[in-house]
Amino acid sequence: MRALSIATYLAFKEVWRNRGRFLLVSLVIALITLLVLFIAALGEGLANGNRQYVANLNAQLIVFLQKSDYIIASSQLQVDTVNQVRRVDGVAAAGPIYTASTEIESNRGPLKVSLLAAQPGQPGMPAVLSGRDFHGGDSREVVMDQNTALQTGIQIGEEITIRSTQGGTDEFFYLRVVGLTSNQSYYFQPTIFTSPETWENVKPQSAAELKDDTPYPNVIAVQLSNPTQINLMESRLLGQVQNIEVADIPTTINNIPGYSAQQGTVQTQGIFTLLIGVLVIGGFFQIQILQKVPQIGVLKAIGSSNATVGASAVIQIIIVTAMGVAIGGGLTYLFSLGFPPTIPLVFNGTNSLFAIIALMLIGPIGGLVSIIYAVRIEPLKALRLQ
Amino acid sequence: MKEVVLEVRDLVKTFILDGSALNAVDHVSFQVRSGEFVALVGPSGSGKTTLLSILAALLTQSSGEVFIDGHQLSAMNESQRVKLRRSRIGFTFQSNNLIPYLTAQENVEFMLRLNGTMGKVNRLRAEELLARLGLEGRLHSLPAQMSGGQQQRVAIARALIHNPAVVLADEPTASLDTERAMQVVQTFAGLIHENQRAGIMVTHDLRMCKYVDRILQMRDGKLVNEYKTRAEIEALAKGDH
Repeated sequence: MRALSIATYLAFKEVWRNRGRFLLVSLVIALITLLVLFIAALGEGLANGNRQYVANLNAQLIVFLQKSDYIIASSQLQVDTVNQVRRVDGVAAAGPIYTASTEIESNRGPLKVSLLAAQPGQPGMPAVLSGRDFHGGDSREVVMDQNTALQTGIQIGEEITIRSTQGGTDEFFYLRVVGLTSNQSYYFQPTIFTSPETWENVKPQSAAELKDDTPYPNVIAVQLSNPTQINLMESRLLGQVQNIEVADIPTTINNIPGYSAQQGTVQTQGIFTLLIGVLVIGGFFQIQILQKVPQIGVLKAIGSSNATVGASAVIQIIIVTAMGVAIGGGLTYLFSLGFPPTIPLVFNGTNSLFAIIALMLIGPIGGLVSIIYAVRIEPLKALRLQ
Repeated sequence: MKEVVLEVRDLVKTFILDGSALNAVDHVSFQVRSGEFVALVGPSGSGKTTLLSILAALLTQSSGEVFIDGHQLSAMNESQRVKLRRSRIGFTFQSNNLIPYLTAQENVEFMLRLNGTMGKVNRLRAEELLARLGLEGRLHSLPAQMSGGQQQRVAIARALIHNPAVVLADEPTASLDTERAMQVVQTFAGLIHENQRAGIMVTHDLRMCKYVDRILQMRDGKLVNEYKTRAEIEALAKGDH
């Protein structure tokens, strides 16, 4: 206990009396922190842009067409598959989901959106925060993601113009906004939701597709009576419904085209930034320990234990790293205030916490070699260096 | 008769150099009593620093025994030796003696912290000791803000503040000019006598022996001469031997 108290005393005194030098190292750590937190936020933002709708689905399983490799866009199910799924014992509800990509014409210019169709009250249809659900049939009504509303300036009750290419010509459709929902980005695009019939009529399609006006769902969102029985229900669905494959939500997200590659890239950037941090801190403390060899020799000669010398080095590294992470965290917050909402930065508490823990660990890891070196310094040899 | 605080019995330290054995300390025996200040002199390579390192529990002997305040060094493990250095031995070195980021007062008090005896009374003692050494205006100065002589005086205070049995000084005046060196050694000797410590000073400068009670002269690892009387010591200090 006394060794720890003396180590803390020495560490604080040294940092305080050499605060200029240590502050410089803390600032380097602060910059690394800034970078790591921004990369984490960017990763989360990009991930959200891709997966938000799927991640927020009120369902546990997704039914795909067989051999579609769990890719929503590659899957197109038969209409009666929905009823077959609903009949399976243990399925509480099943909602077909129809996906397409189109463009809204607004005063602020064209905006690419994901045009999704679902059945109100069924899995796949998000909760409406303000306004109401669209009516069924070809009602030409839509529920819009708040982000879309923000980006286009469109409000509930207004009409939006959809431009879709159908059979080689651009067609314009007028849809009334009747409600707003939130956090429903999909394929990195804001979303609008409508009924399957309206979706079938207004979505972009080829001349061949125009001959058939039946809306075919891409996938079916399945809500289970017992959400813990995912594996059992997966097998049961595969056994009772023909020509399908089934995936849980995480598998579906990981199979969104580009999602895994994108997240892998962002995570690699984060890991390399942390690695650079380890090397920078390691280098600094190694040089510092080399400069302090005679001083450590004196400390040991007059009766300081190895535990005191080692703990002092560790505490010093923790102080410098904590200062750097605190400054970096503050800078990140200030910078984030000035970023436009179009940049996909999402500061998620869990991700930021993991990043901060990782940053706090890079100090001791980086300084490990120097700590071991300090502990191994022999006082006699160190004193002969004088 | 004062008690023997440091006893060296037939001490040998052998180094292997280029395959051949060399006795850096060769069958050395002597005693130092409390209140006695002894100089260890001799040319470079005579073994005085090696001997001091063994006495400081920083180096283990090849054979023979060293007793410090009744503790047999060869019977102690590293942890016990660290504790002995902390509590029973005081040190001053040639230079870079002080912890550079602690003030004069903090450097001295550090020995009290190490020994767990940091209290109001001892803090006052540290201040008084520094004041006695003429450093009352330098209590809050960092080593870099003090002269070499002032730093050595802080080191002396640090070597004595925890009431060690033995005080060891390795060339404490090596980096000082003659006048300051004389002042430092005189102060050192005064405090050792006053506090009844056993003091050993390694020096190559015979003029510094003026203030000691006994001189042990080494050559090729052996103790070759011992000067006990005031006349012999004064003569050696003047360079008559």
